[in-house]
Amino acid sequence: MATTIRMPALSPTMEHGKLARWLVKEGERVAPGDVIAEIETDKATMEVESDDGGVVARLLVDEGAQNVPVGAPIAVIAEEGEALDEAALEAAPAPAGAPRGAGQADAPAPAAPQPEPAPQAAAPQVAAPQVAVSAAPQVAAPGDGGPDPARNLSITAPPMTDPVYGDDVTFKEMTVREALRDAMAEEMRRDEAVFLMGEEVAQYQGAYKVSQGLLEEFGERRVVDTPITEYGFSGLGVGAAFAGLKPIIEFMTFNFAMQAIDHIINSAAKTLYMSGGALAVPVVFRGPNGAAARVAAQHSQDYSAWYAHVPGLKVIAPHSAADAKGLLKAAIRDPGPVVFLENELLYGHKFPVPQVEDHVLPIGRARIARVGTDVTIAAYSMGMEYALAAAGMLAEEGISAEVIDLRSLRPLDVPAIVESVKKTNRLVTVEEGWPVCSIGAEIARRVMQEAFDWLDAPVLTVNGKDVPMPYAANLEKLALPTAQDVVDAAHSVLYR
Amino acid sequence: MARKTASAAKRPAAPRKAARKSRKRAPAVADFTRDEEFAALRTMLLVRRFEEKAGQLYGMGHIGGFCHLYIGQEAVVTGVFMARRADDEVITSYRCHGHAIVSGADPKAVMAELTGRAGGISHGKGGSMHIFNTAGHFWGGHGIVGAQVPLGTGLAFARRYGGSDQVSLTFFGEGAANQGQVYESFNMASIWKLPVVYVIENNRYAMGTAVTRSAARPEELYMRGAAFGIPGEQVDGMDVRAVKAAAERAIAHARSGKGPYILEMQTYRYRGHSMSDPAKYRTREEVQKMRQEHDPIEQVKRRLLDKEWASAEDLKEVDAQVRKIVTAAAEFATSAPQPADEELWTDVYAQAGRG
Ligand SMILES: Cc1ncc(C[n+]2csc(CCOP(=O)(O)OP(=O)(O)O)c2C)c(N)n1
Ligand SMILES: [Mg+2]
Repeated sequence: MATTIRMPALSPTMEHGKLARWLVKEGERVAPGDVIAEIETDKATMEVESDDGGVVARLLVDEGAQNVPVGAPIAVIAEEGEALDEAALEAAPAPAGAPRGAGQADAPAPAAPQPEPAPQAAAPQVAAPQVAVSAAPQVAAPGDGGPDPARNLSITAPPMTDPVYGDDVTFKEMTVREALRDAMAEEMRRDEAVFLMGEEVAQYQGAYKVSQGLLEEFGERRVVDTPITEYGFSGLGVGAAFAGLKPIIEFMTFNFAMQAIDHIINSAAKTLYMSGGALAVPVVFRGPNGAAARVAAQHSQDYSAWYAHVPGLKVIAPHSAADAKGLLKAAIRDPGPVVFLENELLYGHKFPVPQVEDHVLPIGRARIARVGTDVTIAAYSMGMEYALAAAGMLAEEGISAEVIDLRSLRPLDVPAIVESVKKTNRLVTVEEGWPVCSIGAEIARRVMQEAFDWLDAPVLTVNGKDVPMPYAANLEKLALPTAQDVVDAAHSVLYR
Repeated sequence: MARKTASAAKRPAAPRKAARKSRKRAPAVADFTRDEEFAALRTMLLVRRFEEKAGQLYGMGHIGGFCHLYIGQEAVVTGVFMARRADDEVITSYRCHGHAIVSGADPKAVMAELTGRAGGISHGKGGSMHIFNTAGHFWGGHGIVGAQVPLGTGLAFARRYGGSDQVSLTFFGEGAANQGQVYESFNMASIWKLPVVYVIENNRYAMGTAVTRSAARPEELYMRGAAFGIPGEQVDGMDVRAVKAAAERAIAHARSGKGPYILEMQTYRYRGHSMSDPAKYRTREEVQKMRQEHDPIEQVKRRLLDKEWASAEDLKEVDAQVRKIVTAAAEFATSAPQPADEELWTDVYAQAGRG
């Protein structure tokens, strides 16, 4: 069968080029790999090889022709003795802009047989009507597919709910640290492919003692101390996940994950997509995130918004011990990469944890931590401390605040927030991270799009101040949000 | 101390040329003059007493967060600075108080930085891990393990670019020596023949991880540049004379345009990694043995006494002078006011025409 040779692209941006020279004539025999032509662009000259062997049946473009569009047929190679289907040949689209015999066409080449542009991933006009959140007209953002969870990957598809435990289930007060340790231990018992790797996780029992006892129970094969090489061991973890293991990669703190963020995003988050679904990466990156106490700019930062920005990642930031346990277990079982953001200052906090065999929670669902009617406060991780304290202070003034613990930042439980806003008509978000492009900013965007008509005041975001974390005690205090900031914001949105 | 001397032939992995240039055993160290011994003693004592005081202030709640003390390692910074020209550049990790003080930073301003006060060298905004003294050619105080290695290489690049013969002295721990960016730096420094001396402060532990558990070929970190053609030397980092002599060779090499040089300083930290360190990874005996047999300050004192260059009284006098400086620093650091609230918002962006 005759094959058509097309104008090749020399670079991703090349649209057309000049056929500088033919190195073969019609009727000549070519072997696979023979150079048949030279192509020029403003950047380079390249040789065009014939992939197939055969006889040059047609040269479709004159030597010296300019502006030959990428993808336009330039030659036909036929099998020896093959009678060319002349009719089909004539039907082959002539290279626009440089038809054979037209010589130097000076008109700009219209796009000829170029690859079809990829369909837009986000099609708001399709997405918008699918979820009827309100009777008000829906305005969908062009980038993220609007409120439809099937297209908008940063929000959750309902309905997934927390397990409901009966009266027979007892609760035990546990620290977040213990809950995380138990989650890992249970999953490691359950699945031999799960292992823990990181700095000081084994012999030292964890820099913050989260992996206490795991080395003793699971041994050096599954609890692995690494050198201080975040980029290396994160990449190694992703490679191990390619090969079927389920690594838990611990960062001593997420500040040091910046050394490894390339692997978290480029190697872990994008691989399933790049491989067309062939290669899932079941890895958990976990460790303390956010401000610790008095450790200054390079050791105090909330990375939530950074990771929540990335399609392909799930991002979890729990507050309570029960959520930490149930969500870490879910993260370890998740078939894809999960960034699990803990908080050093919360490790020692105690919360009731259900004493059941397998406490697993759905990723992507928020939890109403306190029911209220006047204002919604949405927070996560350390922000929940400020939110709950503020709700208590507001209650004393007779203001009923509903507090939502987001728990998962991607997917984000926008329906839960919208539901609450429909009731309270006012929303304040709380986080320690910087205000610009923050989780709060994202929530404000979603709520504006999906519950605009229910808002009686602009959404206010309470954030850490827009500066690197200072060391001095008084400045550090000023840099972080407080419960009073949340109370003030609530007053603002309530206009009182 | 008898050390096994690995011959170049026993290290087939190392390229011949670098192996020949690298040495595990320094030549016999030249004695210090009386003045040099005294200078070394004063500097090491100042660093030690400063750090002891910092430890006390931490215990009293005046210092917060992380606080990494340099106690035990004083000979490294002292010996290197004795070999350094005053305009040679210096950069290190968060374990930086000693480097800052020896670079000429006012101990008061450094201590006040540790307590987070307005009089701190960074107005209290950087804290213990991020001390800078650019006037003294000291470029910080970096909290991310290994990050200062390319930064120090960049200092060398800039100096050579400007036609100067200043050398960059880039300090990092043996734990940091496993970071990838260290080797990216080695490669660039070597191909561009940058005037940088890499000083590995091998204090045997990175937090709770012994070098033997984290490093391939832990006995010869000085060979880490071999693949890049960078000569290296292993040095008794508890002997300030050996440190100075090796630093002189390394700096001369770098200054003469021959490119980078690696010094592996074998040293030891007496205290925990930071202030809260259960120290279960080593025995008390191990620490005691180092203190008793290898203490860099005691070595100098002993020599001064043995040679009758100093009396016990003289040594006490040095100590008293140093204590005075440190006490004044602590007083300043605990009585100075906190930074003004407006400082929160300053120094985020550079202003044109400043800095
Ligand atoms: C990239 C990075 N990972 C982890 C840490 C946490 N950390 C701080 S110091 C340290 C040990 C460093 O050891 P070493 O380089 O030998 O220096 P030393 O503390 O002994 O002076 C670790 C793991 C960090 N600061 N940066
Ligand atoms: Mg060390």
